[in-house]
Amino acid sequence: MTSSQDASPQPPAPSPRERSSPAPCIVFDNVSRFYGEVLGVNRVNLSIGPGITSLVGPNGSGKTTLMNLMTGLIRPSRGAISVLGIPPTRPEELFRKMGYCTQFDAFPKGLTGYQFIYSFLLVHGMIESEAAKLTEEALQRVSMTEAADRPVAAYSKGMRQRIKLAQAIAHRPTVLVLDEPLNGLDPMARNETIALFKQWGEEGRHVIVSSHILHEVDRISDQVILLSHGYVVAEGPIQGVRSEVKDQPMQILVRCDKPGLLASRLFEQDHVVEAKVNEDGKGLLVRTRDADNLYLLLNRIVLDNGLEVEAVAPADDDVNSVYQYLIGAEGGTT
Amino acid sequence: MTWSQIAAQPWMLWRRQVAAILRLELKKSLFSKRAWWIYILTLGPVAITGLHSLVSSRSSNIHHTMGEDNMIFAGIFQVYFLRLGIFFGCLGIFSNLFRAEMLEHTLHYYFMSPVRREVLAVSKYLAGLIAAIVYFVGSVVLSFLFMSAHWGPVFQQYLFHGPGLHQLGWYALTAALACVGYGSVFLLTGVLYRNPMIPAAVVFVWENLNPFLPSLLKKFSVIFYLKSLCPVGEIPTDGPLAFLATMTEPPPAWLAIPGLLVVSALILVYAAAKARKLEVSYSD
Repeated sequence: MTSSQDASPQPPAPSPRERSSPAPCIVFDNVSRFYGEVLGVNRVNLSIGPGITSLVGPNGSGKTTLMNLMTGLIRPSRGAISVLGIPPTRPEELFRKMGYCTQFDAFPKGLTGYQFIYSFLLVHGMIESEAAKLTEEALQRVSMTEAADRPVAAYSKGMRQRIKLAQAIAHRPTVLVLDEPLNGLDPMARNETIALFKQWGEEGRHVIVSSHILHEVDRISDQVILLSHGYVVAEGPIQGVRSEVKDQPMQILVRCDKPGLLASRLFEQDHVVEAKVNEDGKGLLVRTRDADNLYLLLNRIVLDNGLEVEAVAPADDDVNSVYQYLIGAEGGTT
Repeated sequence: MTWSQIAAQPWMLWRRQVAAILRLELKKSLFSKRAWWIYILTLGPVAITGLHSLVSSRSSNIHHTMGEDNMIFAGIFQVYFLRLGIFFGCLGIFSNLFRAEMLEHTLHYYFMSPVRREVLAVSKYLAGLIAAIVYFVGSVVLSFLFMSAHWGPVFQQYLFHGPGLHQLGWYALTAALACVGYGSVFLLTGVLYRNPMIPAAVVFVWENLNPFLPSLLKKFSVIFYLKSLCPVGEIPTDGPLAFLATMTEPPPAWLAIPGLLVVSALILVYAAAKARKLEVSYSD
């Protein structure tokens, strides 16, 4: 996460053969989990491919339950899970390929940052030299090399978050599960961490992130899974999810020189429900029930009226908007 | 040799994993602030016997014999060590192997490692066993030596040229076997129960009811086998501790030792199987 990041050793990406074969998935097959009579998640059917997948939902929606289920920390009450073909009931196989950075802010007592990572690499069964090499590599990736010899108990919240992240990635997993990994990080560290996630996603790894910071989720996600009250509300690439939300008209921002004229022409169409001229007088925010038709129409209006169009872009196909449409204000998510 | 090469050889992998877990666990089991009361259980008899030795060595006329000292130590061993010290010490050490990590929210680090839960359970048990043996066998040996140290050359003669060393060996072995037996029981209660105190209380009552049980039921008790291994006779049946005396023919050592080891192994296997299904749910 530092400027020296490029020079640091990189975890090996999946081989070309692995990448060309059908992508292995994380599969939830009709999974439910109850805590006594309280619902954790219910009837979850998912297939999560490589890349960055974000779990989004308000507190108590089932994000952490889903992560704990796929890592085997808890068992489903019903249904089956497999991670790259391995059931989470076999941690001895699963955690060779998986790393999990949990939300729990607790550490074994009396260990320094270095000892924390190194000791658990030895628990993997590694020889000392290999564990030491991977420990240093992981520390370097999260910019914790200088603080490595200090006790974890003396770390700040952000440092504890980073050392947990280092511990999760130290054995170079191909599946990374990260529960609120950006919590407690300062803006610079956030940016560096997000860059790291992007890199892993591009390398074909599975990176599953839960976060309540929607604009950051939006920046990094290849796909999202929206959860509410233990149910999966929507899943897939964010634009695809947005287009499925039929009851909410799409918002499209058109930057042009004559927004008033454009608005008057657009209002002749039934599918246009609202058109609002920007305060600067240089753009128009259009709400339509038929985005494809609007784009065709725009071409015609522009040609007929000689409008100068600077930009046309969807204004609400981001995670935040989809979240608001599907889940609403119940979550109080930022 | 790389990790993937090691992983291809299960026994080598498990050996390395046990060693790594032992390294982490021993530190916690031996030097934990949580274990302060175990230190008291351990050091208590050492301090008392040491004081006895000190007072007796400064006294001009001693009113007791070394044989009486031996009988008193036999009583301390059976009443204090076997029924209280080792019992509660093992309760503290072994039931906390999983439970304390649940309370401290750190168990998931082990569960997120590619380690068979059975290997984890056995490793934790071994760490607890080493700690318990260091504490209690150490305490027994020191207490035995301090009990009669004031007899000077007579005690040395008894120790090295009489039955002393043999007795000491059997006391140490019996204490170690008590750690093995109670350790497996309390590892299991720590895995099975959120609050291991209730099952521990049941075990405690059962073990202490032993003298009053019918001879058949007596045999379903750890203390019954341990007492038969004690080198210095039975507790007198007419003294204040008469109620603790065994009224049933004790099993011979050749049966008691393997019997205790087999039962402990079975309990450990069951605890390891249960650990495989253990969930991390700190908030519950």
